[in-house]
Amino acid sequence: MKFYDVTDLAFRNLRESIFRNSLTTIGISVGVASLVAMLSLGIGLQQLASRRLEKSGLFDTVMATSRRDLRNFREQREDGPPPAESPSLDESARKKIEQIPGVVEAYPDIRFVTDVRFDSKPHLTMVAGVPFSARNNNDAFEGVQGRFFSSEAAPEVILQKSFAEELLGMTPKPGTDNANIAELAKPLLGKELTIRYAERTSSPSSSPAGQSDGAAYSVVSHEQTLKIVGLTDLDPDSMRGTTRARVFLPLALVQNLHIMPSSLRDTSASDSLSYSSLSVRVANPNQVPAVEDAIKKMGFGAFSLVDATRSMRQFFAVLDGFLAIFGSLALAVASIGIVNTLVMAILERRREIGIMKAIGASDADVRGLFFAEAGAMGLVGGAFGVTLGWLIGRLINFGTNIYLERQHFPPAQIWSVPLWLVLGAIAFSIAVSLLSGLYPAARAARLDPVQALRYE
Amino acid sequence: MEISGPGSLAVRTENVCRHYQMGEALVRAVDGISIDIRAGEFVALLGASGSGKSSLLNLVAGLDRPTSGAVIVHGNNLAVLSREQLAKYRLHTVGMVFQSFNLIPSMSLLENVELPLRFAEIDRSERSSLARRSLERVGLSGRLAHRPMELSGGEQQRASLARALINRPKLLLADEPTGNLDSRTGTEIMELIRSFNQSLNMTVLMVTHEQALAEKYAGRMLQLADGKLIDDVSSRDARTDDATNMSSEPMKASTPRGEAP
Repeated sequence: MKFYDVTDLAFRNLRESIFRNSLTTIGISVGVASLVAMLSLGIGLQQLASRRLEKSGLFDTVMATSRRDLRNFREQREDGPPPAESPSLDESARKKIEQIPGVVEAYPDIRFVTDVRFDSKPHLTMVAGVPFSARNNNDAFEGVQGRFFSSEAAPEVILQKSFAEELLGMTPKPGTDNANIAELAKPLLGKELTIRYAERTSSPSSSPAGQSDGAAYSVVSHEQTLKIVGLTDLDPDSMRGTTRARVFLPLALVQNLHIMPSSLRDTSASDSLSYSSLSVRVANPNQVPAVEDAIKKMGFGAFSLVDATRSMRQFFAVLDGFLAIFGSLALAVASIGIVNTLVMAILERRREIGIMKAIGASDADVRGLFFAEAGAMGLVGGAFGVTLGWLIGRLINFGTNIYLERQHFPPAQIWSVPLWLVLGAIAFSIAVSLLSGLYPAARAARLDPVQALRYE
Repeated sequence: MEISGPGSLAVRTENVCRHYQMGEALVRAVDGISIDIRAGEFVALLGASGSGKSSLLNLVAGLDRPTSGAVIVHGNNLAVLSREQLAKYRLHTVGMVFQSFNLIPSMSLLENVELPLRFAEIDRSERSSLARRSLERVGLSGRLAHRPMELSGGEQQRASLARALINRPKLLLADEPTGNLDSRTGTEIMELIRSFNQSLNMTVLMVTHEQALAEKYAGRMLQLADGKLIDDVSSRDARTDDATNMSSEPMKASTPRGEAP
């Protein structure tokens, strides 16, 4: 028989005993729905977690540190030159690191706690330098209200949302959403604030003991007026180093200011251009381990959280596996329903099978027909099941968000149905149905026509 | 590839046996029958119930396989054909009508008649017109969309004839075709079968237990008892009957409107 005829006959046979076949198909739908709901939950949670981690820069950043700084306070276990012989993490080292294949940029982490004055009121907070390239690296500053820095060393500032609230004297409410960042921005954008900082000026002539790496500098207190250009809702507790700060300045501006580091360890540096640590941004998270190794070979300490993300991915793979198994259980039950329905149909249509064989149907025709009926139930059941699963997922998401709102958490998309899941679930449903149809179809094909015709 | 001219050999059975086990007893349904049937013959298989006539018909139909011996139809030994080849044989070489009509109740007459064409992988467009023509030939052109249950027995048997003939078989096998019909309707059906036998030179092998019917229509009568052939006579009546009954329009004469069920 031609494919069209097989499917045509299969669908008309399914329509003949519509009630029983509908029940079987509903069984498949419920199975597929539970599978889709479970998996979409797993995928949604995974996406939620990876989105947060990606924003944090965990996937693509390697921290390079000077091992010199470690000399007095940590026992070395890593291989490599002893800390004292380790090269200094200066501008030339930074450039060398930038040459490593896969590295997009390497920039110093400059972060300090200082006094910020706004409306003549002082606020003590963490200030960080942000590389100008962060403008294009848009996941870090994607939610910025206002604009990014106009140039590499512009005397401008971007504020973190909670700091903006503090400046305006508002108490931050938990569970507030992104909408009011625009309201916060209105009274602040274009205003000026002042930061106070201590400048370190190199003064070799005043070096009393002539030590090569001594504290040969003087400290001068300075103020810098900055224009507020943007507001970001970056989470201050996020893992990306710079975002622990609540006030962001252009990195080049900060470097020009020669601010005295807040950490005393940095005073051991031989000159002012030595950095305590560099953030090395890598183009592809897969290259992180290679870049890490390359930096270590250069004699610096390197650190990334790629292992942490690997175990997270592993966790989600296991979670998805478990969810899929539970989802598949319902589908397994449904497949037994298909076998039952088709075996019943064979008994019921025994005579019909006999007639078809008598007038020239081959075993393959009969087998194909029952097979197609199973497949059709799988297709219809799969399509309904995906819809049902999608609705269940929406419902779970809706319920969870009501709960989150009550607990004063921001809403989250904990559920996701990608296209591959839709198509995959329907394909899986058809495959399971065809598998269930194997036995009944073979049984129908083997039926002896003489016996079958005698059957009333 | 096969010779099917008048007078050539259509069916030959060589010492064919069909034995089967029923509990402890061995049933010899067909027990060493050898017959030759020439193309275009109208042969009646007569005998009491259990004489083996239906079993022999099933062997010729390729629905069953002989325990021993050979069944050769138009040069093909059915005993050595694969299941697939047997299905092809049933599809293209033989047409069958049954006592209980055996139409598929969930399908309309047109769909029932189209069914063998689906197995033969004929295109949809061609299929419908072939089936219509076949139903027209048996006088059912007004009942295409009816389901079998909505029709009288005579109409159902005519539809089943239309189905049996749709693939233009060389051999028509009829198992008590009038068994469920009253004598008037039975006669209509028999006239139809005879007209196909004569106009299409189709070999007919008919199982019946009615001696009179066999004598009237068949050119040859095979008498079976206990699975054995006990008599093989040609009927002079049938020959003369053929001649007298021949009309210029046999189709029209044999296809009056069917009565209400």
